[in-house]
Amino acid sequence: MSDLVLEPVQGRSKSASFINDPNVRSIGLQLIALILVVLLGWMFVENARDNLAAQKIATGFGFLDNTAGFGISQTLIPYSETSTYGRAFVVGLLNTILVAVVGIFLATIIGFLVGIGRLSKNFVVRLISTTYVEVLRNLPPLFQILFWYLAVLSAMPSPRQSISIFGEVFISNRGLIIPRPLFGEGTGLVLWAFGAALLAVILIGYWARGRQEETGRRFPMLWVGLGILVLVPLAAMIFTGFPITFERPELKGFNFAGGLRVIPEFVALTVALATYTAAFIAENVRSGIMAVSHGQTEAAHSLGLRNSQTLRLVVIPQAMRVIIPPLTNQYLNLTKNSSLAVGIGYPDLVAVFAGTSLNQTGQAIEIIAITMGVYLVLSILTSFVMNAYNKRIALVER
Amino acid sequence: MSLTFDDGTFIRTEMVAPMPPPRRQVGVIGWMRENLFSSIPNTILTLVGLGLVLLIVPPLIRFMFIDAIWTGQNREACLGPEAGACWPFIKAKFGQLIYGFYPIDQRWRPDVVFATGAILLVPLLVLSWPFKRLNAFLFFVIYPIVAFILLTGGNINLQAFLFEHFGLLHSVFGHVHVAGVNLVFWADYVLTALIVVAAIGGVIGLIGGDGRAAARSTMWVFFAFGLLVVAWDIDFGLPYVETRQWGGLLVTLVIAVTGIVASLPLGILLALGRRSQMPVVRLLSVVFIEFWRGVPLITVLFFATYMLPLFLPQGSNPDGLLRALVGVALFSAAYMAEVIRGGLQAIPKGQYEGAMAMGLTWSQMMRLIILPQALTLVIPGIVNSFISLFKDTTLVLIVSIFDFLGQLRASFTDPNWASPVTLYTGFAFAGVVYFLFCFGMSRYSLFVERRLNTSHRH
Repeated sequence: MSDLVLEPVQGRSKSASFINDPNVRSIGLQLIALILVVLLGWMFVENARDNLAAQKIATGFGFLDNTAGFGISQTLIPYSETSTYGRAFVVGLLNTILVAVVGIFLATIIGFLVGIGRLSKNFVVRLISTTYVEVLRNLPPLFQILFWYLAVLSAMPSPRQSISIFGEVFISNRGLIIPRPLFGEGTGLVLWAFGAALLAVILIGYWARGRQEETGRRFPMLWVGLGILVLVPLAAMIFTGFPITFERPELKGFNFAGGLRVIPEFVALTVALATYTAAFIAENVRSGIMAVSHGQTEAAHSLGLRNSQTLRLVVIPQAMRVIIPPLTNQYLNLTKNSSLAVGIGYPDLVAVFAGTSLNQTGQAIEIIAITMGVYLVLSILTSFVMNAYNKRIALVER
Repeated sequence: MSLTFDDGTFIRTEMVAPMPPPRRQVGVIGWMRENLFSSIPNTILTLVGLGLVLLIVPPLIRFMFIDAIWTGQNREACLGPEAGACWPFIKAKFGQLIYGFYPIDQRWRPDVVFATGAILLVPLLVLSWPFKRLNAFLFFVIYPIVAFILLTGGNINLQAFLFEHFGLLHSVFGHVHVAGVNLVFWADYVLTALIVVAAIGGVIGLIGGDGRAAARSTMWVFFAFGLLVVAWDIDFGLPYVETRQWGGLLVTLVIAVTGIVASLPLGILLALGRRSQMPVVRLLSVVFIEFWRGVPLITVLFFATYMLPLFLPQGSNPDGLLRALVGVALFSAAYMAEVIRGGLQAIPKGQYEGAMAMGLTWSQMMRLIILPQALTLVIPGIVNSFISLFKDTTLVLIVSIFDFLGQLRASFTDPNWASPVTLYTGFAFAGVVYFLFCFGMSRYSLFVERRLNTSHRH
């Protein structure tokens, strides 16, 4: 500690101008930035108004209620050519969500398998996993989608010679034919039973966790949970007399009758995106597991845990902390990449709305704003959830 | 040697040479026992894996080399039942895949651009070679200008800068063109420059700042911009080639390189803006970055193709490729900003404080202390974002710009080469090209990462 006291300088020296004052400079700079942005925005609005007037393009969101007049090859909700653009938007959005959900599911499974495979002691497994990651990661996703669509699926045999899996699922160049579930009377009760089972499993899970933390006794959660989830709906099914049945596809003439046809565009897009994203997820998984220091494994072994227990109770929970943030990022990437659907004509949000609808109405500003808005909302929501999660699992340090 | 005592006690005095380990535990067999067949599940995995390899690799090699057709003039050559890859197809389409529909007698121009790019890029990538600053300046500033002139032909038609819009100058100068340069425009430019320089200098001087310095830097900006434009304006006698005629790998590389060259300065500005103390600047940067990062590139390209023309003044109808380039540049700038921000955050606070203690201004601190360190630190990140940009260039085929993949897809429809193997040949060739580019870059980024990792913790 020194006794020297620094006196604050009183006032500015006369020679220094006020434009050398950091505060003035900062306010000035921000003002200039703001003015520039406002000017740019104003210019855009003016130009857009002139251009729209000159090209006689309607404005506003009224077009959403107009008849779309085009068909869509895959619709999850009832849709016909007489439906509105608003309806077409919903159909496209649902198709995007379908690809995203199925793709994420597949990508996670493949990604974890390959990621663990890259750390395997088995040379052959390691070689295959590494090759998978390096090849898939270094080819453009659109290339892979086109490859699956043009080179793999179009090369499939015609429906008459289609590849059959147990006589239930058929793969041909018309896509994938699977049995169609039919929901008879009493389906509601089964669904309620399933919901109740799910709730019960969650509650038991909480209780089991609490008990383990208090007493240290573990509860066989996996088996009990699975049992409840299978048995309760099964009981409901028996009680209502099996309301859910499947309509099996049958070959009639040159095509299939009955069953549910999954269009080849969907298969190509989903498989390509899932395998592509899986390569990135595999790398996240690998780095996550490697981030858990070896001391943790050694300590667990010295406590007498078996290999599988060490992995399940010590390594993976810690690895998940590292894996999950980039994993959600990959999920988001997959969802955004599903917009590549437009390259092969799968009717996703971009193809239906920013493609066909835009061409028909010409209302580029509204349509592209809505499309971008959907993706923006999605990514902002994801990052909110991620931040909340990160806060929850962040290491509490002393 | 050993000692034997009278009572029969036997003591060895030397160690016996160790026996070799059991043959099953060393060498190839030992390695296989330990790695491949250590347990039943492991053995199953090994066998399944080997089966997978056998299923994929030999047919692939057969297709690409052994059964491949190497010569031929049209589809007849590739129609055989056992035909493998139809390489004559690639040979016939090679020009299109590389240059698109660039006029054949002008193809030396893209060749020169490719060669110059390679000559400038290689020394930039080798970390130990000298003259990095000059090299980077040449590659990031001079090269794009030269490439632009070579590829388009330059000689853009300039009419008016500011005053001539009101028709004030041609009455004085008349319409005089020298080597494709419109003198009226340049008189207009110089006049505008002088007025603006005087105005800025005067205002800054009036409110007590260093008017001379402000005027000088404004003049430099006008001078540099003038040099740039005059290079585009001069008629070098190169025929004009529309961007619609460009295609193939040329377009892929043009988009990727433009994206990276434009996104670096923009990304640096945005990253600095995001870390700025000024709330308005920070907010604008955050909104810009998060907006572009939140939407897929396809929608950005749709935006650039359909929406951007509506925002520009009537009559200005920017070129299709240029519009896509603007979209790609803005998109990649947002990603680049986040990469560079990572580098800025990794610089210890002591560096900032040290720079400030030396009395450096903010721009000196950034230019001389912080950015050189931060940018070196994020070279792997920059290369990685270049890889994803390179892969993303394929998307332009959706807004009907024929890049490498688009050109390939177009070539599938040629009836002269329609054969069962055409499709697979094309995909094999394109796959190898894309893989070589991306894999090469990712190896380079790994190499740099290792070189820059000067810590010895591992």
